[in-house]
Amino acid sequence: MSMSFDEHKPIFLQIKERIEDQIVNDQLKEQDQIPSTTQLVNFYKINHLTISKGISLLVDAGIIYKKRGVGMFVAEGAKQKLLEQRKDVFVDGYILPMMQEASKLGITEKDIIALMQQVKGSGGSGL
Amino acid sequence: MGFETAFNQVNVTFGDFQALKDINFRLEEGKIVGLLGRNGAGKSTLLSLLAAYRKPSTGTVTIGGQELFENPLLMSQVTLSYNTDYSDETDKVKDMLDAAASYRSNFDRSYAEHLAEQFRLPLDKQIKELSNGMKSAVNVMIGLASRCPVTIFDEVYVGMDAPTREIFYKELLEDHARHPRTIILSTHLVSEMDYLFEEIIILKKGRLLMQKRSDQFLELGLSVTGATQAVEQFVHGMKRLSTRQLGGTTSVRIYGELSEAQHQEARNLGLELGNVSMQDLFIHLTEEEDNDAIEK
Repeated sequence: MSMSFDEHKPIFLQIKERIEDQIVNDQLKEQDQIPSTTQLVNFYKINHLTISKGISLLVDAGIIYKKRGVGMFVAEGAKQKLLEQRKDVFVDGYILPMMQEASKLGITEKDIIALMQQVKGSGGSGL
Repeated sequence: MGFETAFNQVNVTFGDFQALKDINFRLEEGKIVGLLGRNGAGKSTLLSLLAAYRKPSTGTVTIGGQELFENPLLMSQVTLSYNTDYSDETDKVKDMLDAAASYRSNFDRSYAEHLAEQFRLPLDKQIKELSNGMKSAVNVMIGLASRCPVTIFDEVYVGMDAPTREIFYKELLEDHARHPRTIILSTHLVSEMDYLFEEIIILKKGRLLMQKRSDQFLELGLSVTGATQAVEQFVHGMKRLSTRQLGGTTSVRIYGELSEAQHQEARNLGLELGNVSMQDLFIHLTEEEDNDAIEK
């Protein structure tokens, strides 16, 4: 888990994304308790208003829920929901920039597919 | 009883020097507040009023609507920790704990012992024999363990090394979460402590320059990064905090918020917008040039 933040993006969004990542990676499983706001403040050295803002986005989206006086937990179905959200933005987030860059470099679609097979075949990049 | 803290038209004069000028603000109870200001801005004077160590020359300081000065009901509700002179203090650390426990009704002895352990304070040693950092740790220990509804730390970290300050910040946040209360910290170590504050108050030359929630404060500035020419074109006429340049890339930090149209323009110019730090804003706002008129 990285401690530093991208300075070109609101920190509260980055907090939200880090918790989401942990859910997608199964570091946090459904019904697991997530760290308290104070623990997150201490760990990231980020103001609790900012942390709370990131967390309330996750609560509003039904990814985590609060139990009064106990803490915050990963909701049932959270991972599935996140995976679907990520599929929805896969084209804009990955395919489109890749194609733009490929066209700058003169790489054809056929080349791209060949490259993808090559990467997969070499077992690289955790595939 | 509530513990809302209020300064109403407070002035403090020492001879013909006016240390605080027409200070007005209100602090809701339960927040961690940063009191920021350059040397001599009036931070300690303001805090000594809040601890009822002195009376305002004019105006009033109230807690829960009651005037604070010489108010026996409120005296035990406020604690101020500062850089005390312990050079003649022959009491041992544990004597200090006993004393605090006897005159502070909310004092939590076992929490104080926990803090002593965290700070590695030797309970059997005379306080005058401790290092400066350890003396500061004694003040922090008493201040936190007193659990007063209004807890004040006036640059109390003096002499503490970085790991010890880390322990202080961590314990402060955790204890505040367990026992919410107003905690006011004066500091000029802004970059190190910014994440602690829910709200900030900035003093400049004895005046209240600004009171804001920290997240709203941080929205007062942003950085613009991109090709030098595009950046210069975009920030023209804006209030500039600082400029950094590397090759053909420039990053300018500006003071002010952008309209939706300006955000769009920045995107069209291929500029990246980013965050600025509390420290950057603080330095800019408290610079010597006369910029008092920017915002109240």
